Amino acid sequence: MRGKGILIYALLFAITVVTFSPFVLSILGSLKDTRSILAWPPQIFSPPFHPENYVRVWKASPLFPVWVRNSIVLALITVAVKLLSCSMAGYAFARMRFPGRNVFFWVTLATMMVPYAVTLVPNYTIMAKFGWIDTYLPLIVPGISDAFGVFLMAQFFKTLPRDYEDAARIDGASWFTIFWRVMLPLARPALVALAIFKFQASWNDFLGPLIYLNSPAKFTLPLGLNFFKGQYFHFWELILAGAMFNAVPMLVIFVIFQRYFIKGISLGGLKA
Amino acid sequence: MRLGGTGTRGAGPPAPLVWFRRSRTREVLAAYVLIAPHMLALSVFTFFAMGFAFYLGFHRYDLLSPPVFIGMRNFAKIFTDPDFHIALRNTLYYTAVVVPVQTVLALFYAVLLNRPVRFRAFFRAAFYAPSVTASIVISLVFIWLYAKQGIFNYLLSKLGLPATVDWLGNPATALPAIMMMNIWSTAPTFMVVFLAALQDIPDSLLEAAAIDGANAWQRFTRVTLPLLRPSIFFVVVMGTIGCLQVFDQIYIMTRGGPLKSTMTINYLIYSEAFENFRMGYAAALSLILFVLILLLTVIQKRYIDVEVQY
Repeated sequence: MRGKGILIYALLFAITVVTFSPFVLSILGSLKDTRSILAWPPQIFSPPFHPENYVRVWKASPLFPVWVRNSIVLALITVAVKLLSCSMAGYAFARMRFPGRNVFFWVTLATMMVPYAVTLVPNYTIMAKFGWIDTYLPLIVPGISDAFGVFLMAQFFKTLPRDYEDAARIDGASWFTIFWRVMLPLARPALVALAIFKFQASWNDFLGPLIYLNSPAKFTLPLGLNFFKGQYFHFWELILAGAMFNAVPMLVIFVIFQRYFIKGISLGGLKA
Repeated sequence: MRLGGTGTRGAGPPAPLVWFRRSRTREVLAAYVLIAPHMLALSVFTFFAMGFAFYLGFHRYDLLSPPVFIGMRNFAKIFTDPDFHIALRNTLYYTAVVVPVQTVLALFYAVLLNRPVRFRAFFRAAFYAPSVTASIVISLVFIWLYAKQGIFNYLLSKLGLPATVDWLGNPATALPAIMMMNIWSTAPTFMVVFLAALQDIPDSLLEAAAIDGANAWQRFTRVTLPLLRPSIFFVVVMGTIGCLQVFDQIYIMTRGGPLKSTMTINYLIYSEAFENFRMGYAAALSLILFVLILLLTVIQKRYIDVEVQY
C-alpha cells in the first residue's frame, strides 16, 4: 500500500516536470545573454541572470507596449460584449416561453459543430465588403454570437430557483428589470467562468488578428510576437522574454481563478 | 408556467385572460429582444457565411473582380491538386496519432488526479498550465527547444542517443515534432473533462464491484471506462475537430515546410485564400474539410457513443 502511494507521487511529480519544464526553461532562457543562450552544450541554469532583458524587449521595438495595450483593450471589449449577449440569450432560452425557442436553441447548439475554417473565407469577404479590414470590428462583432457562452449561461440560469423572479414579477417588475437586477447578479459564478474563458480566447488568439490586421501598430501581442521573432531572430533571450509578457498574465489569471476554469469546462463541455 | 394562475384572484373570467394575453405578448417580445444580438450575429457570420462559402465554392473570386461562376471546377481541381493530397495525408496522419494519444494521456492524468492525493490543486494547476498558454508562446518556446543545438537534443545526448537532428528542419521529423508538442499542450484541456466525469461516478458502483471480487484493473475497465463513454466520445470528437484544423503552430513554426512535410488542409486553405487570393478555391477546400469532419463525427458516434446502463 505504501509502495503504491510513493509510485503515485512519483508519477504526479514526473508529469509535473514534463508539463511545466518548458515554462521554467524559457524563463531561465529569457534571463540569459545573447551568446550564452546559443551555447553548446546548453547551460540550463547559468548565472549571471539578466532581468534587464524584459526592459530591453519593451524598448527594442517601440511597438511592443502598443501590442500589449491593444491585446488588453481588445480582450476586455470582447469579454464585455460576450457577457452581455450570452447572458441575455441564455436567460431567454432558460426561462422564457416564445415561439421558436427550441428551434433557435437547437440551431445555436448545432453551430458548435461548424468548424471555423468553413466561415473563415466567406467572413473575410464579408468584412472586406464592410470595409472592416485592418480594424478590430471583425474580431469583436461576430463574437456577439457565441454558442458555447449561450449554452453555458442557459445551463446556469436553469439551476437557479424561480422564487426571486416570481417575487419580482408580483411586484410588477418587467422582464428586463428582472434580468438585469435579479438574475444577472445571481449569475456571477457563471459570468466569471465565461469571462475567463473568453479573455483567454481573445488574449491567445492568433488566426483572427493574423487575417484581419495588417498594420503593425494595430497588432495584438500574439501577432506582434510573431513579427518580433522575424526581426530579432538572433536574440532568443528577447523572443522568450517577449513571449512571457503573453504567458505569465494568463498563468496568473488561471492560478487565481482555477476553480472557475474547472467549473466552466465541466458545465459547458460535458453536457453538450 | 404559473403566469395564468396569478391573475385569477377575484376578477371575472375575461380580465385575467386579457392580462394573460398582454403579459404573454410582453414575454415573447422581451425574449426576442434578449436573443436578438446573438441570433443576428449568428445569422450573418455563421448561417449566411456558410451559404456564402457554398456559393464561393462554385465561383472564381479574387476579391477585386466580381465572382465568376465556374460550376464544379474548383472541386474537380481539388482532387487533382497534388498539394491537397499532401495536405490531406498529413492532416489525417496528424489526427490519427494525436487524437488517440492525447485522449489516453488525458484519461491517465485525470485518473491520477482523481485519487485522494495531497497538493491536488497544485498538481492540477501544473498539469493544466500548457492549456492556458497561447499557441504563439508554445510555438516560440518549442522552436527554441527543438533547435539543432537546443535543449531537446541536449537531453537526448545525455541519454546517449544521437542528438544532431534538426527537428523542425528535417521533413521526416517536423510533423512528429509538432504532433508531440500539441499532444503535450492539449491533453490537459481534456483531462478536466475526464476529471469531472470521474467525480460523477458513484462510489457505490465501484464498491459493489470490489465486493464482488473485482481487482482495481477490472473495476477500471469494466465499471469506470464504460461509464466514461459519453466523455470519451466528447473528447475524441472535439479532439478530432481540433486536429483536422491545426494551423497556428504550422504557420508559426514551419510554414508548411520543409518540402511540404507539415502542409495541412487548414494551412493550404489559408495560403490559397490569403496569399494567392483564390477565395473560391479556398472556400471549396473548406467545404471538403467540413464534410470530412461530419463524416468522422458520425463514425465516432456510431462506435463510441453507445448507451451503457447499470
